[in-house]
Amino acid sequence: MDVMPKWAEVILVPLISLLLAALLSALVILAIGEDPIAAVTLMVKGALGSTYGWGYTLYYATNFIFTGLAVAVAFHARLFNIGGEGQAMLGGLGVAIAALYIPWPHWTLALIGCGVMAGLLGAIWAAIPGWLQAKRGSHVVITTIMFNFIAAALLNYVLVNVMRPPGSMDPASARFPEAVHLPTLHELLAPLGIAFSKSAPANISLLVAAAACIVVWLLIWRTRLGYEIRAYGHSQPAAKYAGISPVRITMVTMIISGALAGLMAINNVMGESERLVLNATEGAGFIGIAVALMGRSHPVGVFFAALLFGFLYQGGAELALWTSIPRELIVVIQALVILFTGALDNMVRMPLERLFLMFRRPAPPANSADSEPKPGPRSGQSEGAE
Amino acid sequence: MDYITLIQLLDSTVRLATPLLLACLAGLFSERAGVFDIGLEGKMLAAAFFSAALASITGSVWIGLAAGIASSLALSAVHGLASITFRGNQLISGVAINFLAAGMTVLIAQDWFAQGGRTPSLFGGARFEPITLPFADAMANVPIIGPLYEELISGHSILVYAAFLAVPLTWWILFRTRFGLRLRAVGENPAAVDTAGVSVVGLRYAAVAIAGLLCGVAGAYLSTALQAGFVKDMSAGRGFIALAALIFAKWRPWYALWATLLFGLFGALETRPDVIQSVIGIKVQGQILSALPYLMTVVILAGFVGKAIPPRAGGEPYVKER
Repeated sequence: MDVMPKWAEVILVPLISLLLAALLSALVILAIGEDPIAAVTLMVKGALGSTYGWGYTLYYATNFIFTGLAVAVAFHARLFNIGGEGQAMLGGLGVAIAALYIPWPHWTLALIGCGVMAGLLGAIWAAIPGWLQAKRGSHVVITTIMFNFIAAALLNYVLVNVMRPPGSMDPASARFPEAVHLPTLHELLAPLGIAFSKSAPANISLLVAAAACIVVWLLIWRTRLGYEIRAYGHSQPAAKYAGISPVRITMVTMIISGALAGLMAINNVMGESERLVLNATEGAGFIGIAVALMGRSHPVGVFFAALLFGFLYQGGAELALWTSIPRELIVVIQALVILFTGALDNMVRMPLERLFLMFRRPAPPANSADSEPKPGPRSGQSEGAE
Repeated sequence: MDYITLIQLLDSTVRLATPLLLACLAGLFSERAGVFDIGLEGKMLAAAFFSAALASITGSVWIGLAAGIASSLALSAVHGLASITFRGNQLISGVAINFLAAGMTVLIAQDWFAQGGRTPSLFGGARFEPITLPFADAMANVPIIGPLYEELISGHSILVYAAFLAVPLTWWILFRTRFGLRLRAVGENPAAVDTAGVSVVGLRYAAVAIAGLLCGVAGAYLSTALQAGFVKDMSAGRGFIALAALIFAKWRPWYALWATLLFGLFGALETRPDVIQSVIGIKVQGQILSALPYLMTVVILAGFVGKAIPPRAGGEPYVKER
């Protein structure tokens, strides 16, 4: 099993995958007749060169932290939740209901209330596929895909027929009241004497997202439930044998995952648009897949992968503005990242493992190959570990 | 609702069901061989773009079709490489292929044509024209059968007839040939096939290639027959509806025909809300109709209306030695 040291597994494999994806992306840019280096320079300047750029980068990153964590938590139980998009849509519906129909006295209370509603609706939207998987054996991937489409249709229906203010042609809800306005980074940093762009949408949800990373880390590696989730993900029969209920773990994991995806709505719906619009999620639910894969399902990894994708998103928007490269370049990069870090993982890992084996062979002479004559305590142990 | 309206409705049902049927059969081959394919959508989209692009450049729809199939096959090769050779996660590979197609088509379209991610409109020989079957005009005035023959059966493009012929062909290949038997076996118990001395990898690649071919035709139909040119994201979730139809059909060719026709009917009804209102007397929201295929699939998946049992080795890469 452990052919490679841990650092190679955690850092080297994803890094090489990422480099491959970057290389191919550069080739794509070359192929459409643009200069990749100039493109990267422009992206860096546009996304990180000003507090305005940073504000957008961090805003997108906040979305991706939530959806990335959602996918990552499910991955730990070996469940693949593709439904982040639909769950985030329902989260937006929850925020809109809470913000429009409850008179909040202050934004702090509104943030808690809207966050609970967002998480609740997201969790419900994930719990149904979870229940179908646990009780009826329907594959969670297929049902969550179906639920994305059902969520889109539901949202369309609600916005057109229920929430649209009278007289408005736009399929969108009314504006949220002033009391639920979340402080932006500009308003948060101004008292500290730091000047931050006024028009950038990054807001206090960023801190909630960072806190969510810590909570997820505690949950997965420091609680009994997290242990059970990981055990179930490693080996379902073994977990079952140890008295862990598959139904319970599947349900609980999907509920946590859906709640995290739903929580994204406090950033994009409550923090940015301040009303519910069609397609508010803008594909962030799917980017969560790339983020979780790149972050190796670890909250720290997810955090940095989300920052990277936030940078790519904002940088891509700048590219589309100033060059002839369309925004879809980011979709291509996203696809390549998913392909190399997720699906073609073994393409990188297999040669690397061979490489490590080659350099390792001379070190322990009496290892697995000729372990028959009097195995030493060391080799015996290593065999037991495998 | 009068007779002519019914015929028109069924006519557009057939048009809308064709790409679903082709993609559904593509998924059928792939999943019967044990390779899950949620990249149907992306392969269709890529094929739609390349067939429209090449048809527009060369003026020949057949070259377009070939280019569409080639692009879909290329994506199939990526899927095969990831899920068969490198034993990666088939679902993640499918997700990646969908995004790759969604991004690349717009990127290349912008580079080649600079029209905001679309191809120029196709006309003349760059499109699949409707075929008028023999005696269609002569029979048009015959009551009942005349309109049926002239409107519904005649007057489709050749790809529609090809799609419907693909159903018995698929059935024959899967259930009456040695290749089909092996293909189904490799989706149920690859170890047994391997023990019999037949290549699991070869069979799975063959199945994935057939899926690529069918998705290529489906995509070409979208942009060169159903519509005249490529627009961004024109597959519009059809690959996922095809996936739903595949489950609805319980991985069987003839059921796939009925399932896709049913989902095609929903699509046709979505554009004719007046027809629904006149038949059942209630106004049905378009959003409910667009969600119906997905809702029905979830109900079927849940096993409340008959059980859908997927091929047993589906989604699992085959490892020769443990």
